[in-house]
Amino acid sequence: MPEKEGMSLIVKEVARLIAPPIFIFGLYLTLTGHLTPGGGFPGGVVFACGFILVVLAYGGKRAFRRLPPEGASKYDSGGALLFLVIGLIGSLVGGHFLYNFIQAALPGTVFHLLSAGTMPLINIAIGMKVAACLFMVVMALTLFRLAGEKGGES
Amino acid sequence: MSWVFLLVALPLGGGFLLPLFDKRWAERWLPRGSEALTLALTLATAGLAFATIGWEGIYRMGGWSPPLGINLVVDGLSSLMLVVINSIALLVTIYSFKYMEDYTPTGKYYSLFLLMLAGMNGVILTGDMFNLFVFLEIASIASYALVGYRRGAVELEAAFKYLILGSIGSAFIIFGVGLLYAATGQLNMAQVSRNLAGQGRGVIGGITAAFFLVGFGLKAAQVPFHAWLPDAHSSAPSPISAILSGVLIKALGVYCLARVFFNVLGIDEIEGNILMWGGTLSMVVGALLAVGQEDLKRLLAYSSISQVGYIVLALGMGGIMLSRGEQALASLALVGALFHLINHAANKALLFLASGAIEEQAQTRQLGEMGGLFHRMPVTGTTTLCGVLSIAGIPPFAGFWSKLIIIVAALWGGFYAVATLLIATSVLTLAYYMRVEREAFFGAVPERLQKVKEAPAAMAWAMGLLAAGAVGLGVLYLPGLREMVLQPAMNVLLEGLRYAQMVLGG
Repeated sequence: MPEKEGMSLIVKEVARLIAPPIFIFGLYLTLTGHLTPGGGFPGGVVFACGFILVVLAYGGKRAFRRLPPEGASKYDSGGALLFLVIGLIGSLVGGHFLYNFIQAALPGTVFHLLSAGTMPLINIAIGMKVAACLFMVVMALTLFRLAGEKGGES
Repeated sequence: MSWVFLLVALPLGGGFLLPLFDKRWAERWLPRGSEALTLALTLATAGLAFATIGWEGIYRMGGWSPPLGINLVVDGLSSLMLVVINSIALLVTIYSFKYMEDYTPTGKYYSLFLLMLAGMNGVILTGDMFNLFVFLEIASIASYALVGYRRGAVELEAAFKYLILGSIGSAFIIFGVGLLYAATGQLNMAQVSRNLAGQGRGVIGGITAAFFLVGFGLKAAQVPFHAWLPDAHSSAPSPISAILSGVLIKALGVYCLARVFFNVLGIDEIEGNILMWGGTLSMVVGALLAVGQEDLKRLLAYSSISQVGYIVLALGMGGIMLSRGEQALASLALVGALFHLINHAANKALLFLASGAIEEQAQTRQLGEMGGLFHRMPVTGTTTLCGVLSIAGIPPFAGFWSKLIIIVAALWGGFYAVATLLIATSVLTLAYYMRVEREAFFGAVPERLQKVKEAPAAMAWAMGLLAAGAVGLGVLYLPGLREMVLQPAMNVLLEGLRYAQMVLGG
C-alpha cells in the first residue's frame, strides 16, 4: 500500500463522513465531563482517534501537512500548563492547590452545563493534553515507519 | 506550609514550558534560556526542600481532607529524601550546562530532566497509593527517554531494556495497589494503614506485600531484578547517570519500599528477612560483578547495585528487629540505612559526574585506555579520590561511618553471617575502586592522553561540592545535627503507625 495515497476511495469517503461526528463526540465527552460519565481523558482519546482515522485513511504525508507535529506539541504542553495555572490560581485564591475558586464564587445549578466551577476548565485542559499527546504517539510511530521505508536512519 | 506543592508544581511547569519555546525565537532572544530556567527552578526546589526540614504535617490538595482527597505529607523521611534529591538535581543542572552542549536539542533534555524531578518529588510527597504510582510513572518514563538520549544503537537498546523491565515493575506495583484497594476500600496511605491495623493483613495483605517487593525491588535494581541497571546507567549521559544512580533508584525503589512496608503495610519478620537477605545478595553479587568490569561507568553501575543492597539490607534488618520488639537495635539499623542512603547518593553522583568529565576530556570509558589522569586532571582526580575513599569506607570519610553503623547493628542483632558478608564486601569494594584509581589516575600518562585538560569550571564546581559532601557528610551523625535530619527520618520508620495518626489525626 503506497503511503502517500492513503486507502481506497470507499475508506476515504466513509472517513470523511464519520470523522466530524467523532470530533463532536470527543468534544461532548470533554465538555460534559462534570455531569456524565466521561471527562477530559476519554474525550481527548476519542478526539485523537478522529485524527488517527484521518491519518489512516488519507495517508501520513497529506495529514501531516495539515497537522504539523510541532503544533500538536504546543497543544500538549499548553494543556498541561493550563491545568497548572488553574491549580495555581486555586492556591492563590483559596490557599490550596486546585482549590475550586469558581465554585465558591458562582455555585451554578447542579446538573447544568455551567456548574461545578473549575471542573469543566480542568477537563478541557486534560482533553487538550490527552488528544495532542495520543495523536503525537501515533504520529511518532508513523514517522518511524516513513523513515524506515525511505531507508534512512530513525 | 502552604507551598509544599510547589516542589512538584515548579519542575512540572518548567518541564511543560520548555517545549513551548519556539526554537528560532529562543535562540535569537533567549540564548541559554532553557538552562537559565532549569537553574532557577532547581535552585528554588532545593531551597524549598531545605525549608521542609523540621516540619511535619500534611497539605490538602484542593482543600479536601485526607481520606477523600489527595494529600501531600511532609515528615522527617520525606524531608530527608527531598533534600537529597533536590540538592543533587541542582548540582547536576550546573554540571549539565557544559556537558550537554554537545547534544543538540538541550531544551528537550532539560524538559525531561525537570519532569523526572517533578515525578521524584511527587513520589516522596504524596500520601496516596494511586498518586504514588502516577508520580512513579512520570519519573520512570522521563528517565527511559533520558537513557536513550544519545540515540546510538547501544543507548536505544539499553533504554528499551530499561523500559520493558521498568514497565513490568510498574505493572506489579499497580497490581499491588489494586489489591490493597480491594482489601481496604481505600487508597489514602494513612487510611489504608489504619484499616489494615484494624482488620488485620489477611491473605490479600500478604500477596500485596509480595507484589510490592517485586515491583519496588525492580525499581531499586535488587538482585535478581538488577539486569537493566548496568546497561541503563552506563548508557545515559553522565549527569543523568548521576541522577539515576544517585537518587532515582532510591526515590522510586528504596524510599517506596520503606514507606510502604514500614508505614502502610507494617513490616513483619518474614518480609524483613526477605529484604535483608535480598539486600545481602545484591550487595555481594553487585560487588563481585563490579570487580571484572573494564568500562568505568559499568563498574560504577554494578557498584550501585551493591551499595543499594547495603541500604535495603539495613532496612530489612531494622524491620526484623522491630517485629521482635527490639526498638533500640532497630533504630540503629534504620539510622544506618538512611545515613548510607545519603552518603551513597552524594558519592555515586560524584563518581558518575567524574566519569563523565573523563569521558568528555579523554574520550574513553575503558579503564585500560586511561592512565596518569591525576597529572592531567587534578581537580577530577582529587574529587574522585574523595568519592572512592568514602564509598569504599575509609575512616574519616562519610561512607565509613554509615557502613560502621550497619555492621555494628548486624553484630548486636546477632546476624553474624550478614556482618561477615558486610565486612567482606567492604574489602571487595575497596579492591575494585583501588583498581579504578590505579588504572585511571596513577601511573604514567600514555601518549594518547598527553593533551588532556582539566574539566570546565561548571563541571569542576559540581564535583567539588559533592566531594565536600563525601568528606564531610559524616558530621550528620554528630549529636545536634543528628536530631535535625537523621533522627526524625528514623522515627518515621520506627513508629510505623504514627504516620496514620499524623495524617488523619486522632
